Amino acid sequence: MDLFLKTTSQDTEHRVVLGGDIDAHTGPEVKETLMSLANEPGTRRLLIDLEAVEYMDSTGIGIFIAVMKACKQKECAFEVQKLSPRVERLFRITGLYEHIAIRKGESE
Amino acid sequence: MVTRSLEEEYVKLLRDYLNGPGEDQLYFAQQMGKWLLAHDVSPEELTDMHGRALEKLGEVPEFVRASFSILTEVMIEYGNEHRSVHSWRSRHQQMEAELTVAQAMQKRLLPNQLPDYPGLEIGVVSIAAKQISGDYYDFICQDRERFCLTVADITGNGISAAMCMSMLKYAIDSLREMPLGPDEMLRHLNRIVGRNIDPSMFVTMLYGSYDTHQHCFRYAVAGHEPGFLYRAAEGVFYDLAGQGSVLGLCPNSEYEVQEVRLEAGDILILLTDGVTECKKNRYYLQRDELVLQMQAELGVHAQKMANALYNRLLALSQFELLDDYTMIVLRRT
Repeated sequence: MDLFLKTTSQDTEHRVVLGGDIDAHTGPEVKETLMSLANEPGTRRLLIDLEAVEYMDSTGIGIFIAVMKACKQKECAFEVQKLSPRVERLFRITGLYEHIAIRKGESE
Repeated sequence: MVTRSLEEEYVKLLRDYLNGPGEDQLYFAQQMGKWLLAHDVSPEELTDMHGRALEKLGEVPEFVRASFSILTEVMIEYGNEHRSVHSWRSRHQQMEAELTVAQAMQKRLLPNQLPDYPGLEIGVVSIAAKQISGDYYDFICQDRERFCLTVADITGNGISAAMCMSMLKYAIDSLREMPLGPDEMLRHLNRIVGRNIDPSMFVTMLYGSYDTHQHCFRYAVAGHEPGFLYRAAEGVFYDLAGQGSVLGLCPNSEYEVQEVRLEAGDILILLTDGVTECKKNRYYLQRDELVLQMQAELGVHAQKMANALYNRLLALSQFELLDDYTMIVLRRT
């Protein structure tokens, strides 16, 4: 399956809805989008919605680690929400769960 | 480059053909084409040569002569394409050669023989999905009773994975002289990895020490699926406990030591995600299905079990290995 990626921005807050597969093929596009939002001057919050993600491998985890590091440096809030059970398991095993804010509620 | 002798050969070939077309000349023309390609004669040079050959054979009508200007211009584009394909091909060959060197280097990073201790069988299957594997494993004999064991998965594959693997091996080799527990070893490695690799790369690892006298395995886990423990007395597979952040995620990560003791017939199965992410049709193999596969291969030597499980899982995934695959089987006899 292909990648689905949609960004909506409001002032200094960005929300990215990801869907489809996040793997070695689609990873560069996801990484470029998220890193450029994280590095944009003035970004205060980056929220990623993973509800429509069908598949994610270690490439995806690597992207979230890189974005998390970039956000930490800029003191920008980095949050993810709506993880499928498989993606949630990946986040738990790799320890990302401890370092990234997981929003439990619905999107804003 | 078109030489005088080549041009003479070409004129002769053309003359013979025009005097009485035959299969021999067509075959010779094919061979000449191959020779011209191998000697980098461009399409526009060939077009010019053909024009000059015609002039030598008789009077060429003006419109034919003029038509060669058009043909030569068109052939220049073909020539450019030919040169770029040629240059791409030599770059590709160079990269292939470099990959072969990296592949050979990587082979030297992996153990060439397994430890041999009484009362314990060890089996390993480690297969790269592509040329260079992102999976790493190693055994280091500590003394007559104990050895250290590492299983790791480096994100991505290719040259970056091979380089990261070499860094890991030398870091572990240099730290092994210190009396470090598995948790401390991972703490050290986490800092080394965090300082030295790209922010989007990471390493998952299980590092442990096996005491073959007590049959006790002490280990710690960094974002790695710990694997399975088979209790022979109960006939049940348990998930090995353990959790911790991947290496390279956060410089202050802490790791916990886990401990299991193997009784006679018990089996430890350590793996990388190439095993658990095996796909059956379009779906990932569930834990229960994987356990069923393992149950079907009990009662044989650890190496035989590892081999048989690889064959089973490969067949389930229609003989297509999507990720690097590593399984280590430790069986107390």
